[in-house]
Amino acid sequence: MSAGASADPAPVLRAEGLVKTHHGEGAPAHAVRGVDLTVRPGEFVAITGPSGAGKSTLLHLLGGLQRPDAGSIWLDGACTDGYGEARWAVERRKRIGIVFQFFNLVSDLSVADNVELPALLAGLPPKRARAEREELLAELGLTGKARSMPGELSGGEQQRVALARALVNHPPLLLADEPAGSLDSKGTREVMRLLSRFHQRGQTILLVTHDARLASAADRVISFFDGRIADDAELDAATPARRRPGASAVLELKD
Amino acid sequence: MRLHLLALLARGPAHGYELKQDLEQLLGSAYPQPNVGQIYVTLGRLEKTGLIEGEDIEQSSRPNKKVYHLTEAGRDELRAWYEETADEPRVRDEFFMKLALAPQTGLADQIALINKQRRQYLNTMRQLSKLAAAEDRDNRIAHLLIEGAMLHLQADLDWLERCQEELEELE
Repeated sequence: MSAGASADPAPVLRAEGLVKTHHGEGAPAHAVRGVDLTVRPGEFVAITGPSGAGKSTLLHLLGGLQRPDAGSIWLDGACTDGYGEARWAVERRKRIGIVFQFFNLVSDLSVADNVELPALLAGLPPKRARAEREELLAELGLTGKARSMPGELSGGEQQRVALARALVNHPPLLLADEPAGSLDSKGTREVMRLLSRFHQRGQTILLVTHDARLASAADRVISFFDGRIADDAELDAATPARRRPGASAVLELKD
Repeated sequence: MRLHLLALLARGPAHGYELKQDLEQLLGSAYPQPNVGQIYVTLGRLEKTGLIEGEDIEQSSRPNKKVYHLTEAGRDELRAWYEETADEPRVRDEFFMKLALAPQTGLADQIALINKQRRQYLNTMRQLSKLAAAEDRDNRIAHLLIEGAMLHLQADLDWLERCQEELEELE
């Protein structure tokens, strides 16, 4: 944790005592069992853990896609306790961008419309929405794909469109739920590179993944087990060094 | 390193420093740089066992350099290397024994051990990601080396997760 001399800005996200139990068939599933979490501006946090540990449920609570049974969430210092569906939808347009494992693009809208839609819904004039869309698609290497339909794109391309859609309104917080979960190894590296790039420009990111390679792009990794935080670790910020014992020892070839 | 040097010499004669450069070029900047002294020592041993032969080449302004070539025995050794399959990687036995013996020592908590080990693996994973990002994109061999290390580490992390799931149930 950095102890700055100036007063800390409000956390982008704060959660306290979050609990969520799923009541389906059979025994109730305790997906989230008392989670406290703070994400500060500019942080890149990864939540990892086995499937079924409840990490996706946690992310859904934090994005207002599900309501907790107990506990509270603050966005930029504002308590969301009284927020209904409509208010959360507004937050997800302006303050929180989300990308999902299966992209969730609107299949009968073009790539350009998928990206522009949230900008228009947020009240941006069409000209500005188009400019934002063009800039993001160029940035993500998708300029030639603006008129394509999502179904015509590869998985990796669709996820890049989803990323553009999530970021078009410049939300202070990006939530990513297994963003490489349905991509191959090349697609995973691409997502990793893009998340790192946006993070370097100051984007706050909360990523849920079971992929340690992806998680290692974050500067803080939370291990989630059985609905609870088992560990919360800051990773080294060290610049790449050739002779760090860890990396060179695993790379060494012996005969 | 002896077999790596033999394999490099299979292409044609070379001197020690060339072999060092060949290795660096092949494996990229991520690979721990081979020590040139170690290369010369290994070449000396290979020559003594008859797997390679050296020939002194006079240089006008500098000391002689020794150029090595593969002998027939060396080529056979290399063939035998390619005949064999490589051993499987091993479970990190030191950590495993620490974990297995922790309860009876009363000196360490198993979950804390797992968390500590995970932090180290994640940091190493992060270093590897950075090395991969810094490596020349076109050096496929170097990228495959780093990716191999990352996938092994991923497996170790998955295994830590399994340990944690099993051991937390007991608590």
